[in-house]
Amino acid sequence: MPIETLNVNLLSILPMALVAILALSMLVLDFFLKKGDKGAIGYLSIIGLLIVLPIASNAIEGAPAFGGMVIADAFSAFFNCIFILAAVFALYLSVDYLKRINSETGEYYYIVLFAVAGMMVMSSANDLIALYVGIELMALSFYVLTAFRVRDTKSSEGGLKYFVLGALSSGILLYGISFTYGFSGTTNISDIARLAGGAGANNTFMLLGVVLTAAGFAFKIAAFPFHVWAPDAYEGAPTPVTALISIGSKAASFAVFLRVFIVAFPAFQSHWWKLLWALSAATMLYGSVVAIPQKNIIRMLAYSSIAHAGVILIGIVALNGAGAAGVMYYLLVYAFMNMGAFAIVMYLGRVRGNGEYVSDYAGMSSRHPVIAFLMALFLLSLAGIPPTGGFMAKFFILSAAIKARYYWLAAIGVVSTAISLFFYARVVFYMYMKDAEGDSPAPAGRPALAYDVVIYITAAMTMLLGLYPAPFMEIAIKAVEPLIR
Amino acid sequence: MTLTHYLILSFILFGIGVAGVLVRRNVIVVLMSLELIFNSVNISLAAFSYYLQSLNGTVFVILSITVAAAEVAIGLAILVAVYRTRKAVNVDELDEMKG
Repeated sequence: MPIETLNVNLLSILPMALVAILALSMLVLDFFLKKGDKGAIGYLSIIGLLIVLPIASNAIEGAPAFGGMVIADAFSAFFNCIFILAAVFALYLSVDYLKRINSETGEYYYIVLFAVAGMMVMSSANDLIALYVGIELMALSFYVLTAFRVRDTKSSEGGLKYFVLGALSSGILLYGISFTYGFSGTTNISDIARLAGGAGANNTFMLLGVVLTAAGFAFKIAAFPFHVWAPDAYEGAPTPVTALISIGSKAASFAVFLRVFIVAFPAFQSHWWKLLWALSAATMLYGSVVAIPQKNIIRMLAYSSIAHAGVILIGIVALNGAGAAGVMYYLLVYAFMNMGAFAIVMYLGRVRGNGEYVSDYAGMSSRHPVIAFLMALFLLSLAGIPPTGGFMAKFFILSAAIKARYYWLAAIGVVSTAISLFFYARVVFYMYMKDAEGDSPAPAGRPALAYDVVIYITAAMTMLLGLYPAPFMEIAIKAVEPLIR
Repeated sequence: MTLTHYLILSFILFGIGVAGVLVRRNVIVVLMSLELIFNSVNISLAAFSYYLQSLNGTVFVILSITVAAAEVAIGLAILVAVYRTRKAVNVDELDEMKG
């Protein structure tokens, strides 16, 4: 390949390169710090990510760089901001969390950074090779982080289940990619549509490629029936990692899902819409129904995240600008509201030593009135009640589905939202209507500042995105315009 | 040997791998089945690459082998952690979390 078409544009990989360099320098720094000082790595990582944030949010319009491998467009910039914000919140909460579980180590922080670098590679991948490497960089980091509490049986069990099913899904995705490559003769996402469109619309190999790729992605976003890893991995993982998996991993997987299905496979839409339609409907209903009997709040949030994945899938099925922008907006709101809910679960674990079970929330409104109010805000936002961000996100997605004439799918989305209100409201009911039974455990001391900062910022953003969605939605619409043709 | 032969071989290996992951109870055998899946995909990618006369597939195979090596290293590390806390390597015995 001549050097001109190679287009070596270092600016296009600058954000992910900086995050990778940050991770590597933290790895070196780890050797020079004493056992008790590892929290410094966490704070330095946060500062580093905050410096990368403005660079990552600045999209460089232009041709794909490095022989079409990566593209730094507004689409990837939008997702990079979600990843960095989620990682900053998760790292900030982790410093205190690791102290509490007595496992202060340096590697935790830079494995999180490697995961972020992997997500950024995914969001800007314009080639199936780069996409696969990004997915694996992120997934391998998350397998390690899930099993991070090595002495805890749940953590290693969750890690092993996540690993086995994640590796299986990578294999299925790779098999799909190989068929796509075999038929179209290229791994470049923008070339696949050109080379395989039209003639390939009924080719068995190409369709196998599309179906297997969809199955691989469905694993990553935890869509029914590929969701089995999610509740166990969420419950076993350290809680900040759970929050990061549910936000970052889901957002990154939806980024590649959107890019591959909108840019590479639009010619096969007549085939894949039925598949994704069924996937989306089943995921929404399954997630919200199975979440109802859950007693453990993290498992409940895991099933709620499965239900959310189903709702977000509607935006891909719709295959129009509003749908894709709705997906991006939804993931942005989801990052804040879910992170806030997890931060409160961690906060209760810190100040009261519980908070893992729904019954622990009984009588919280009298003991922690502000926290109880904010938890109610996050849960109602997750349920999609106005005027929160969760409502606007659902509104954009469902209106895109109606615009694309998927009335039944939109109806199922509304029904699943109504069902999901049941288990979100149950926690609110415990907090406000029930008195605590027996003696409440002794407070375990003043919580760190991190909890307050994260909870208040995420609450403010959840409200802001509900009351004033226009500028964020505009950015999302502009970002998807070049993708939809 | 035509492309079809390689694809059939790859399909058979992939099927054996998936069946192994889903059916076998011992986690070490599950890890071996995962390797089988990755290698079946490598055969298919390499075959397509050869018949298309395009290098992308070959590059992909090399990267995929590298990633698979990292993957199995992490898998075995997690398995060791599980074994230390539970003294078990069977999938059936890993049932602390349910529901």
